[in-house]
Amino acid sequence: MRAYLPAYDLRAPDTLTEAVSLLASSPGVWRPFAGGTDLMVLLEAGKLPEGRYLGLWKLRELGGIDDRDDAIVLGALTTYTDVLSHPTLQKQFPLLCRAAAETGGVATQNRGTIGGNIANASPAADTPPALLAYDAALELVSVRGTRRVPYDTFHRGYKKMDLAADELLARIVLPKRPSEWRQYYRKVGTRRAQAISKVCLAAAIDLDRTAGHARDVRIALGSVAPVPLRARQAEAALRGRTLNRTTLAAAQQALVGDISPIDDLRSTARYRLAVAQNLLGECVDQFVGRSGP
Amino acid sequence: MPDDPRVDIRFRVNQRDVTVRVHPMARLLDVLRQDLHLTGTKEGCGEGECGACSIVIDGQLANSCLLPALQAEGTSITTIEGLAPGDDELHAVQQAFITHGGAQCGICTPGMVLAAATLLERCPNPTEEDIRVGLAGNLCRCTGYMRIFEAVIQAQRQARAEPPR
Repeated sequence: MRAYLPAYDLRAPDTLTEAVSLLASSPGVWRPFAGGTDLMVLLEAGKLPEGRYLGLWKLRELGGIDDRDDAIVLGALTTYTDVLSHPTLQKQFPLLCRAAAETGGVATQNRGTIGGNIANASPAADTPPALLAYDAALELVSVRGTRRVPYDTFHRGYKKMDLAADELLARIVLPKRPSEWRQYYRKVGTRRAQAISKVCLAAAIDLDRTAGHARDVRIALGSVAPVPLRARQAEAALRGRTLNRTTLAAAQQALVGDISPIDDLRSTARYRLAVAQNLLGECVDQFVGRSGP
Repeated sequence: MPDDPRVDIRFRVNQRDVTVRVHPMARLLDVLRQDLHLTGTKEGCGEGECGACSIVIDGQLANSCLLPALQAEGTSITTIEGLAPGDDELHAVQQAFITHGGAQCGICTPGMVLAAATLLERCPNPTEEDIRVGLAGNLCRCTGYMRIFEAVIQAQRQARAEPPR
């Protein structure tokens, strides 16, 4: 059933100051609305909660990509297309570019935003695993000021976030790494283009090439838990160790404890676990230079 | 909620300045079709999967079913009605679709043509993979896509042979 339009209000303030003042003046009343590529789908299905929405697209303060020495900082309104065309992101953050390329088609990539992908808080979103593998931090703004939180602890449960009713997600900070890390991203869906993921795995490793061991490793997954998450137990099974069949098997076993996949319309818990373990296998094989599956 | 939630929204569509008084959350697709009678833009899925409602907004392809009317404020929009350079002349992509049988039932065609035209603008020499990726958001249930790909390749060759005036 379609939405009844008069039950909705949508305003688009010109400045960030105006936007956060509106949020602060009546906490919980205004809901942020960025590109609309998720919320408009709900509207047409009659599932978008009625009420007041705060259009963010005119807020220049939330746009732009700032390429600093130690980090690259994305405004929350950065679109997938912006990500795909940025040279530093292409070179140093290929997982984010892969995720952006696999999110919808061109029309969606032109309008959808990275901030929206985070704050819509879908466990099946494509960019969060990449952001987790890069150890991203988020900057949240309100009339009270700005605070920075690690992205790793931002998602608190299904659609629950460390985001107060008067706060907006303003920026995503991706720290640059001093050394060259090897990186892996793969999304498994029903088809290559435009599918919502059944399982997604992103990983980055600081590999000591002479000794062959993992100095540090980050593994993140989507669609296998109520939130996108880091696979801490699987990481621990690899960190500081040589990557080989034995350590991989231990990491794949540890992964069982990290994730809690479910049966739903897109896949089954069993399939998701098996594929997550296989993706970890393919990832480690690629890291040590063995050919793929 | 305000008593009359509708607002005046001004934008440019196909080189013409328009003002519509609509609900800010109304889908741009409905505003184009119902308020502006630009029915060339089609509705397929209504959820951003099929691309039938594709339009060009400030030079970028977008699904008009996912655009609240308020986002159109101050923008310049091209729909399929505004793509051809003149009344007696088609855009190279439109002509190539005719030549190669790239259209059958026609529902996907306006969106597909705009997706192809914007692809060729940002990527004048696309590989076959570029074409597949560029059109991945536009679904066609009739042609099997091969004739559409052939049409895009033809349009690209023609554009190279006849640089834009």
